[in-house]
Amino acid sequence: MKMLKNSSRATLLATGLAAAMGATAMPASAAEMVVMAVPTFLTGAGAPAFGVPARNGAEVIIEAINKGTLPAPYDKSGKGLAGRQIKAVIYDESGGGVKQVAEFRNKVQKQGVDLFVGYISSGTCAAITPVAEELKMLTIFPICGTPRIFEEINKTPKYVFRTMGHATADGVAEALYVKANMPDVKGYTGINQNYAWGQDSWRDFDLAMKQLMPSVPVSDKTQWPKIFSGQYGAEISALMLSKEPLVHSSLWGGDLEAFIFQGSARGLFRKKQLLFSVADTSVYRLGKKAPAGAILGARGPYGIFAANIDTPLNNWFRKVYQDRYSVPPVGGSYQAAQGVLAAKFAYDKAAAANGGKFPSKDQVIAALEGSTFQGIAAPVHMNRSNGHQAATKHMIGVLEWDKEAGGPIMTKVTEFGPDCVMPPPGVNGTEWLKGGMKGAKC
Amino acid sequence: MRYMDKTIVGLSIAFVVLFCADFFMAEWVRFIGLQSLARGAVALGLLVLWRTGLVSFGHALYFGFGAYAAAMLTLIGYHDAFFLVFAGTLAAGVLAYLLGFLLRRYRAIFFALLNMAFSMILYGVIVKTEELGSTDGFSVLTPTFLGYAPKGEAVQTTLFIFTLVFTYIITVGVHLYMKTTLGGMSMAVRENEIRVEYLGYSAEKVIHVKYVFSGLVAGFGGAIMALAIGQVDPDSMANWTVSGEFVFITILSGIGNVGATYIGALVFELIRTYAFEYAPLFWQFILGGSLLAIIMFLPDGIWSLFGRLRRSDSSESSSSSNKAPSP
Repeated sequence: MKMLKNSSRATLLATGLAAAMGATAMPASAAEMVVMAVPTFLTGAGAPAFGVPARNGAEVIIEAINKGTLPAPYDKSGKGLAGRQIKAVIYDESGGGVKQVAEFRNKVQKQGVDLFVGYISSGTCAAITPVAEELKMLTIFPICGTPRIFEEINKTPKYVFRTMGHATADGVAEALYVKANMPDVKGYTGINQNYAWGQDSWRDFDLAMKQLMPSVPVSDKTQWPKIFSGQYGAEISALMLSKEPLVHSSLWGGDLEAFIFQGSARGLFRKKQLLFSVADTSVYRLGKKAPAGAILGARGPYGIFAANIDTPLNNWFRKVYQDRYSVPPVGGSYQAAQGVLAAKFAYDKAAAANGGKFPSKDQVIAALEGSTFQGIAAPVHMNRSNGHQAATKHMIGVLEWDKEAGGPIMTKVTEFGPDCVMPPPGVNGTEWLKGGMKGAKC
Repeated sequence: MRYMDKTIVGLSIAFVVLFCADFFMAEWVRFIGLQSLARGAVALGLLVLWRTGLVSFGHALYFGFGAYAAAMLTLIGYHDAFFLVFAGTLAAGVLAYLLGFLLRRYRAIFFALLNMAFSMILYGVIVKTEELGSTDGFSVLTPTFLGYAPKGEAVQTTLFIFTLVFTYIITVGVHLYMKTTLGGMSMAVRENEIRVEYLGYSAEKVIHVKYVFSGLVAGFGGAIMALAIGQVDPDSMANWTVSGEFVFITILSGIGNVGATYIGALVFELIRTYAFEYAPLFWQFILGGSLLAIIMFLPDGIWSLFGRLRRSDSSESSSSSNKAPSP
């Protein structure tokens, strides 16, 4: 009898709770604010080297937009996005695609978010794209690299944008760099994470190498550790034993640093020439422990590659960031900042076209589609995938330790134009690579 | 009328209220509700096992298997929710039936960890399969319901009712089953297996039946989750942390009543949602802290709160008549 009575109470409580929640569930969107959700890795292996610098980069720009202190070319458009202040909702990207899709819905339906600027992992972006289109939510991916987003998952995006180049650009730039600087290389292998980004990075580098240096053999024992695994003992052993002198790797964040620590302890970097797609994020963090002599990229003109780009926006960004966080901005910081700038550009342009009135979502989308805006370090051309995918210039170089300045520097840097490394508009990256990269303007 | 009791009355009231509320709920509440129903169903399976004295650290195996089975069917062109959920449930049930022959021979930590081992095998297989998106998983398209293809908010509204009806049937079914002889055998197996054997029942068979049932409901929960969220991936569906969440929910709910698992799942979702919103850097800490608090202060789960309320009710009434100070 005791148990029976309890059950009906529980039911009452449960239904009461549900009813109360239904009643109080009003979206928390303030009328005169633009609520911008900024998902990025705040916990886990993706956080220290990538997620947190990305958050910092976004924060610097959001604050400057709200105060109206951005330098040229954004100094004339007033405070906020089309005059409205940004309310940033920064939250954690960790936990996998399912959790992030659930959280995306939560943010849209519960917190009344107006747009998303974020996501670092290709896996998350791939999961978010269909739901963003379904919920008709303006979503700007500033970072994630898999080309599949607009080549497989959604070929005709309306609400989803990406404001930087994708893995194909990295693979092509790296292969071009290897061809120019290591013409006699005796073969190459790779260690990449077994998920969208790692698979695509390797595939595109491999395809580009096959086109540019068809006589160079590729290893049949490439390594595929799991993302965020952090232990690379077996993979390093396999790489040490392989006969190919060049090792391609798109490891990033904490995985990359773990790999560097474990690899340098075993002399991997003395024995092999490493080529890292996204190692710039760690050069300041690791200092002298970063493997000097490695070829690396920052997936574009970001981080350490932008150290000497002399524009008002870049100088201002580096100074504010350095003063505030006591470290120079890295690739992730630049890329996230660039995503927020895309929103600033689009809202202001749409407002101007709308006679100065606050624009609708469709007007903002129309303003961003196919446009060219000034990123922190270089212009961003939104001219791929119906104007939703960006192309920027790309840079690759060799990392060295500058004894006089006491810091890392990039040497032998080569710059590649956007139309040299990105497939032309309307062309699938893989087919473009297989067809000999027709139409590339180098 | 011999089957009617207050649990069933309570569940039925909750069913009707939630059914009607579905049309008025804010979208995010419905979404949390859907996830709670799905996870609650899995916890219900664990509750049945727990009453038999067994804890599984690997039910993400069936959850993930059900989710991936349903999701993979959408890849080859099946979109009917009834078929997908049925297939996901059945697939997990068959798997549980087969593994049950081995697992029913183990108890305590061996049972718990063997389950976990099997679940990590599934996890490893999914992670290594690039066709299934490895760690990224893949998207699941919107389901249809016997030819009815809802759009926009109606998708979740329909799915909620769909889920509600089936969880109601399952929960009432479990409650009735627990009152039968075979159901009552749960406690007996937990307390004294040898005696059960001397009474002429096979403890292993009793456990096997419970195990298959828990696999079925976990598969059901997984299939619902795949449809509700529209995405499957190994880390959120088949990893050991997911199994941990189910054990968390079961501890949170307590094993006092079948309805408690849904309340536990709802509380879990709410803690997670709000911790995530207000403490983006420390949400895991809050989740862990609340589990610790539950274990320390409510060792029998949230359900024991109702027992406490009842006791304090009666002690208040007795203390008002008898004001003698306690010794």
